[in-house]
Amino acid sequence: MTLGVALAIAGAVIAAVMSGIGSAKGVGMAGQAAAGVCTEDPNKFGKVLILQLLPGTQGIYGLLIAFITLSQIGILGGNPESLSLYEGIAYFVACLPMAFVGLWSAISQGKTAVAGIQLTAKNPDQMGKGMIFAAMVETYAILALLVSILAIFGI
Amino acid sequence: MEQYAYAVSRIKAREAFLLSMQDLEQVLSSDTIEEAKRVLSDKGFDGNGEVKDTEELLKKETEKIWSFIWELVEDKSVFDVFLLRNDYHNLKAALKADYMNLDMDSLYLDYGTVDKDVIKKAVKDKDALMLPEDMRETYEKAQSVLLKTGDGQLCDIIVDKACLEAIKTAGDKSEDEMIKKYAELYVALSDIKIAVRGNKLRKSADFFNMALAKCDTLDVDALVKNSLKGAEELYDYLKGTAYSGAVEALSESYSAFEKWCDNLIVDHIKKQKYNAFTLGPIASYIVARENEIKAVRIILSGISNDLSSESVRERLRDMYV
Repeated sequence: MTLGVALAIAGAVIAAVMSGIGSAKGVGMAGQAAAGVCTEDPNKFGKVLILQLLPGTQGIYGLLIAFITLSQIGILGGNPESLSLYEGIAYFVACLPMAFVGLWSAISQGKTAVAGIQLTAKNPDQMGKGMIFAAMVETYAILALLVSILAIFGI
Repeated sequence: MEQYAYAVSRIKAREAFLLSMQDLEQVLSSDTIEEAKRVLSDKGFDGNGEVKDTEELLKKETEKIWSFIWELVEDKSVFDVFLLRNDYHNLKAALKADYMNLDMDSLYLDYGTVDKDVIKKAVKDKDALMLPEDMRETYEKAQSVLLKTGDGQLCDIIVDKACLEAIKTAGDKSEDEMIKKYAELYVALSDIKIAVRGNKLRKSADFFNMALAKCDTLDVDALVKNSLKGAEELYDYLKGTAYSGAVEALSESYSAFEKWCDNLIVDHIKKQKYNAFTLGPIASYIVARENEIKAVRIILSGISNDLSSESVRERLRDMYV
């Protein structure tokens, strides 16, 4: 295995790990808020569950980037390509947008989801608005996903 | 940061059931106290309208606030600014019960930083060491005054001042800005109330010095000096402080001034409504519920004393919702 391959694998791992940490924090935070609402009114379970799940998508995006990277460098097929150092660095850097934006956007989305859950607790009719506010944060995770995908396929 | 997400979410769910001005109007439109209590029980108050004694109903509601808050936070010391009032109230009750050799169990409040039974036992056994350190000196001073003079009012003044000082210290220790500000407002407004009442009753400098607690937004020495001079001087001094609104309210009536004080606190806590992760909304809920109970007390006593709706409405405070 070359240093290039090792760097590409490191990029894939960082994308999956950082986005995963962000999502775990975001979903966990929203889960606490959702549990609080359900303690008072178990009938709101369905409504708050949707809001709780929103920060979970970044973890999936991170997994997708890791999967594409590993597939591109042949690790998944069991036949790793011999990448140069520069190619390895390129894969590593290509994974970074998803890693960093995934981490921060999931935490921010988690906070917005908590606020949305609390909005739903007080005014159940306003749940849609709470979802839109949280979904706005998703935009930036999708942009980062797009940049990472374009970069990986462009190498 | 996440530690309050669960608690604040439960608070938000409960906030939906706080009484609004329309709800209070509905209670106010009741012809009898029983009807008012039935309306209240529809809005979530205790007893299905069957609790005969109004004070008992309101005491139960106050206890409901704290039993709920107790479920939410592990570190109860964050609410010391609210609970210390109950401690010092229990100390006053215990001192008087001991002095008059009476059993006044119904007067004690359940939720405080110290168990009410500890205070009762400490006063009964005359064992100051059982009390928290901050309370010992106050207890000894108030007890000796009560034994020497038999003056319950003087004893109350000593304990009330110690209570204000304890609240201010607890506020200063708190890391939450809202609680810090609440403690400051509570002490400053209490000082103004004491100064205004003392001025009307032409109390001496000794009284003011004994009753007024130090705070950051008022110069207590100037407050004493001006309270002794006269109402005009006191109002002029207040005009130059952060509490200039008090003067306008006072020119209307004392009850308008008390309403202004409560509204000032509610206005302050309303700003915390949307902080999803802080202690602020929990503390705000406590103040909002206390304010709600105060409003219900005003309405129920208005109905039972046949006061006109208009005069009761004048006394009603702004609601949190």
